[in-house]
Amino acid sequence: MTHEQLTYLLLGAVGTLELSVLTFIAGGLAGLGMALARISPVRGVRVAAAAWIQVVQGTPLLVLMGLCFYGPNIIGIGSVPALVAAALAMTIYSSAFLGEIWRGCIQSVHKSQWEAAECIGLTRWQRMAKVVLPQALRIATPPTVGFMVQIIKNTSIASLVIGFAELSYNAKVLNNSTFQPFIYFGCAALLYFAMCYPLSRWSRTLERKLNATRG
Amino acid sequence: MKYQFDFSSVLAQWPLLLEGAWVTIQLSFLATVIGFVLGALCALGRGSRHGWLRRLVGVYVEGIRNTPLLIQAYFLIFGLSSVGVTMPILAGAVLALVINIGAYTCEIIRAGIESIHKGQLEAADCLGMSKLQVFWHVILRPAVERVYPSLTSQFVLLMLASSIMSSIGAEELFGIANRIQSDTFRNFEIFLVLWAIYLALSYMMRLGFWLLGQIVFTRRRKLGTPL
Amino acid sequence: MQPVVELDQVHKKFGALHVLRGVSFSVTKGQVVAIIGKSGSGKSTALRCMDRLETVNSGTIHVCGHAVHDAALDVRALRRDVGIVFQGYNLFPHLTALQNITLGLTSVKRMSPADAREVAMEVLAHVGLAEKAVAYPEQLSGGQQQRVAIARSLAMKPQVMLFDEVTSALDPELTGEVLKVIETLASEGMTMVLVTHEMAFARGVADKIIFMHEGQIREEGDASMLAAPKTPELRQFLGNGL
Repeated sequence: MTHEQLTYLLLGAVGTLELSVLTFIAGGLAGLGMALARISPVRGVRVAAAAWIQVVQGTPLLVLMGLCFYGPNIIGIGSVPALVAAALAMTIYSSAFLGEIWRGCIQSVHKSQWEAAECIGLTRWQRMAKVVLPQALRIATPPTVGFMVQIIKNTSIASLVIGFAELSYNAKVLNNSTFQPFIYFGCAALLYFAMCYPLSRWSRTLERKLNATRG
Repeated sequence: MKYQFDFSSVLAQWPLLLEGAWVTIQLSFLATVIGFVLGALCALGRGSRHGWLRRLVGVYVEGIRNTPLLIQAYFLIFGLSSVGVTMPILAGAVLALVINIGAYTCEIIRAGIESIHKGQLEAADCLGMSKLQVFWHVILRPAVERVYPSLTSQFVLLMLASSIMSSIGAEELFGIANRIQSDTFRNFEIFLVLWAIYLALSYMMRLGFWLLGQIVFTRRRKLGTPL
Repeated sequence: MQPVVELDQVHKKFGALHVLRGVSFSVTKGQVVAIIGKSGSGKSTALRCMDRLETVNSGTIHVCGHAVHDAALDVRALRRDVGIVFQGYNLFPHLTALQNITLGLTSVKRMSPADAREVAMEVLAHVGLAEKAVAYPEQLSGGQQQRVAIARSLAMKPQVMLFDEVTSALDPELTGEVLKVIETLASEGMTMVLVTHEMAFARGVADKIIFMHEGQIREEGDASMLAAPKTPELRQFLGNGL
């Protein structure tokens, strides 16, 4: 592998990280909204959120990417940059999964905490923000870190329909011209591993610590 | 500018789409069954007395779970053909999916196995059961029952991820749709139709798994509570 | 007559903790032996060693003719002759009461499912739970679960049965039904070793009572021993009891 080719791969890895970070931020915000909607006191909101999450979880990310790439055409916007389309699709996708993870974490905060906060006289939003969410945050950290690994891996799908120049796309381009799959895909695999494995380990460590203190 | 929806050219291709869906179903079914067996064996290996076996399975599981399916498929298929090993595309797709799902299944089943109370293992040992009998009756069966919801979700995700196999030329649903797309240029309509079909497939798959669970796990059917 | 169970100078250490310090006693056929003592005295460990759930550091244990202390022991053969019931019942939660019993019969004794069912129903009736055959453990009370556990061991037709504090995890009103079953087994001539806190039961049913303290047997005798303790440790132990 030449120096230029390695640089090309690394550039792809940068693209991967770009998309991952964008997705985590946007998807995280949307996911929080989803989680709150899922436990809303308004039945209509709860049902709508649940239905939407079911739909997204039954959709291949690849199809979602296609919809986000060709979709803007429908509402009059011209062509959309690859990164934007990919980030949109991944945000929608991640928000559904993160929403479910976080909903579970919020609900696993012991009911007595809710009750105690209510008895002090806090409003619903105050209860949520000051008592429940901080505790839910601790519980949510291991699976959220674990999901970040999923996000990084999922960015590879942006190389297909959308053709976003992340790591998988660049690796494929290199292989197309040189036909040395073990080298380029092997190197890409190592780069993905280098990005994902530390997060996976961290997630497990966090989980162990959490279980130790909760007992 | 108002977009003119035109589903007719897409829907006219419904026989092709149906064919593609059928290939997706077959791929998913094969990968699920073989992947489950592989995952169960690996879960057994993970708990083995032999350190080398534990480490080997560990390397496999961590390697797969920290790399994307797409790269695994590229590495496998293009790699094999570069050393002269050719196989039918669908066989390659099943292989890639099996290797992928085996690692995830291993972790899920292992978590189930570790949740079995040690006291039950003692009780089974003290009844005089052999190690294999204990593993099958007291460990694996209740472990699978306990993690069945997780397994179901994982296998449904596998079916959805089979769309990625279009990248290695597999003529499953997404691959077929790509062909239609290049013929008709009705991109958005195609993706909408795909969306609907995949939703239907995932719903049917969940229903199928639920039915299977009701049949196999009599305790679940009678009591309705988690194990 | 050769004793069914014989321990001779058994020592057992868990790391630096010397749990059994030269324990020796024997149990003859049909005898009911109760082992009493406070927590940490080593009584459960001694029991578990008899079924090879723990290995010993030195000394010998002979159970039903098997040399349990021997590293080359055929453990499965030993366990065909020994039945053990645990404090936590350890029933298989995914199986019904009946299936909990038939599992051992079909897997280990290689009985046909029909024969296994028959034996299982018989033994369930013996512990008074015939009508609960198709219930799952979570549908049964603690006392009922423990009786199923006893039935499960009993069905394997062991030569000796070991009971490890089988009523300690039960609510007080549920211990009676379990003790009644054990009493019935005793009257039928089953050789039994029980680790128990139930003094009244030990006094009433046991042929021999062994008092353990800090890994050693301090006193051994029949029920009259409890009325007239010789050692200060036993006196203190009984004084702290009810």
